[in-house]
Amino acid sequence: MSRETTRLRVNPIACSGHGVCAELLPELVTLDEWGYPVLSADGTVPLWLMRDARRATTDCPALALTLTSILAMPSGRGGLRGSSEEPQRPGRAGAGKVAT
Amino acid sequence: MTSSTALWYASRATGVVALVLLTVVVVLGIMVSRRGRLPGLPRFATTSLHRSMSLLAVAFIAIHVVTAIADPYVTIGIAAAVIPFASPYKPLWLGLGAISFDMIVALVATSLARARIGRRTWRAVHWLAYACWPVAVLHGIGSSTDLRTGWLLLLTICCCAVVLAAASWRIGTAIAAPGRALRPARALAAAELSSAELSSAELSTAGRQATDQRLTTAGAR
Amino acid sequence: MSMLAARVSDQHRSQDSQPLPRRAIPAGQSGLPRLLPPTAQLAAADPRRSLDFAAHLVRHGLPRFRGAALIEQAGAAGLTGRGGAAFPVATKLAAVNGAGRPAIVVGNAAEGEPASSKDAALLWFSPHLVLDGLQAAAEAVGARTAYLCLHAARRQSGPDLATHIRIALANRSAAGTDRASVELVEAPPRFLAGEESALVAIINGGAARPRDKTRRVSERGVEGRPTLVQNVETLANLALIARHGAAWFRSVGTADEPGSMLCTVRDPDGRVRIVETALGTPLHRLVWLGDDVQALLVGGYHGGWLAVGAAGQLSLSNADLRPAGAMIGAGVLVALPAAYCGLAETARIARSLALESAGQCGPCFNGLPAIAAALAAVAEPRPADHELANLGRWAGLVAGRGACHHPDGTVRFVASALSVFAGEIGEHSRGRCTAVRSDQFLPLHAAALSESDWR
Repeated sequence: MSRETTRLRVNPIACSGHGVCAELLPELVTLDEWGYPVLSADGTVPLWLMRDARRATTDCPALALTLTSILAMPSGRGGLRGSSEEPQRPGRAGAGKVAT
Repeated sequence: MTSSTALWYASRATGVVALVLLTVVVVLGIMVSRRGRLPGLPRFATTSLHRSMSLLAVAFIAIHVVTAIADPYVTIGIAAAVIPFASPYKPLWLGLGAISFDMIVALVATSLARARIGRRTWRAVHWLAYACWPVAVLHGIGSSTDLRTGWLLLLTICCCAVVLAAASWRIGTAIAAPGRALRPARALAAAELSSAELSSAELSTAGRQATDQRLTTAGAR
Repeated sequence: MSMLAARVSDQHRSQDSQPLPRRAIPAGQSGLPRLLPPTAQLAAADPRRSLDFAAHLVRHGLPRFRGAALIEQAGAAGLTGRGGAAFPVATKLAAVNGAGRPAIVVGNAAEGEPASSKDAALLWFSPHLVLDGLQAAAEAVGARTAYLCLHAARRQSGPDLATHIRIALANRSAAGTDRASVELVEAPPRFLAGEESALVAIINGGAARPRDKTRRVSERGVEGRPTLVQNVETLANLALIARHGAAWFRSVGTADEPGSMLCTVRDPDGRVRIVETALGTPLHRLVWLGDDVQALLVGGYHGGWLAVGAAGQLSLSNADLRPAGAMIGAGVLVALPAAYCGLAETARIARSLALESAGQCGPCFNGLPAIAAALAAVAEPRPADHELANLGRWAGLVAGRGACHHPDGTVRFVASALSVFAGEIGEHSRGRCTAVRSDQFLPLHAAALSESDWR
């Protein structure tokens, strides 16, 4: 069985410090003293925060957030396979995910 | 009241509401871009309201267009909703309405598909909003005498004033904002200033406590 | 070697005009120099002699390995980038080649590091090796177009590097062996101009600012085509591997870090030398580490300071340098005389690095100026405990949160200074400074004042 992790990523050039993400996803995002987002836990999104993470991604006024699904293969292969980067649209489980 | 009159009133009424909603949407949009906050509400409320109000405006515009076309008193024709100047009745003013409607469709469609089309394309199309609103107002003023008389005239003037003020604010802050080339220099000047304040506070005879207080405010800035 | 040092110094950054520096090639390095002409010729060196294409072919011979075979040799050789990032060349070649679309090759001599002039020296004295490497890389990735990016000409007096390269290209076109067209591009004198995506942006007609890393240059770069960006020293090495193979390349250097490296060495008297040396050479054989030296800067302004005692035990290898807080980078070695204040020098450089920020990412264009201002306070002979605490906090806050490695490198540089110059920090907190001189030792870019400075 393969494990899939979703990671939130900030495009630092697009980000202009609106701070909407920190309000919608305070468990993962805090703002530094200049108003820019700091991601905790390397941006890994736990399942129970997926909905909020998707909302933060679509609501970002600068479209600076992306959600990436990374599929980790079982121990034999040891590595990452198949990552896709697409901003998540609400209602979709995640682009590039392989059904297991 | 005949059904024709009902449709006619409905069209005029929804038109006025749509104008007010569009005004609210434009102002909210400007507030989002300037990172403004509605008093008492969190930041995400500004973007959320902007989005919901725009969808509500589309709904009212849809009713406005449908009732206008369905009204048998004047011949407008379905095509006139989207094709500018295709209406036999008041082609110029209704044409402006069609143009405005087309732009709104583009704005909403690109916004819904924002994730797919990418930031740059979305931003480029979204600038249409500044053209869309005045065209809609002109359509409203020219298509019927409603907005030119009485309370509705006052309403129109208020909407124009509000959008003008918000747009001036937007342009003003855009002009004042340092371009990328100057941002580090500005930040450096600010940092050196706050560092100088810190050191002069340390040298003052007011003592350590005053210094600590200044530090907390400097760090939180 | 003296002519080389003087010429390079005049062309670029040093203000010195005295002749005759010290040693040339460190002892015990057989097979060197590879990239630069042999020492005997350099003493009376006239770079125009290096333009002779026929003589170049006589000296080096013709390439044996081309295309896929060359990529294989580069992989076996373990050739890594000589521009600072040390990325495996074979991997890059394979990635661009595998993109399946017509590619573009870019030779990077933007040399945004103010203290580095080895790329310019290489282009003056071995232009044909670089151009050979450009052609070899183009053939390997299926490119018909190549660009060579040069540092913007600073001074109008004296010979011009672009003209020099154009003559070299003209000599080659007479022979007719080059398949890819080569166009010269001038990069603005910005620290970040040599960054891969910033360089591609310049060629595309934009400003020298890095782009977001999700849009990989190897997939979509110049004109949206897969682009290979390599430092000119890397290309020169590739040209030699194409002739002599992987085993030859590995005959100098260490097993993990094979090959040679061009280093820009600045001695305590301020003179600049270009040294070609095997990787793994002890640092004390490359630069003077006597009593008049207090610290050694290794890797440039994104590298790290080493205390002179520690530096004496280390060699020019990332295996030695990274655990010590430094790295080879683009091969910059600066011996800071004891007469200067290490903190003041660091503060000046940090201020310049802050102003060299592209101004795109909040943590960078806010954080680096904050760090620079705090460092300026530390560099003054007065107590600065609050600034030191702030420095620690900002260092953790800024690293890794930009689109490029500018904030990371700056933090590495500043952190090493705070460690190596800790004694000096103690002196400053007591209101004293051990330095004798207050003038500037290390070169800096002139500040970018407007948008046009980025193009």
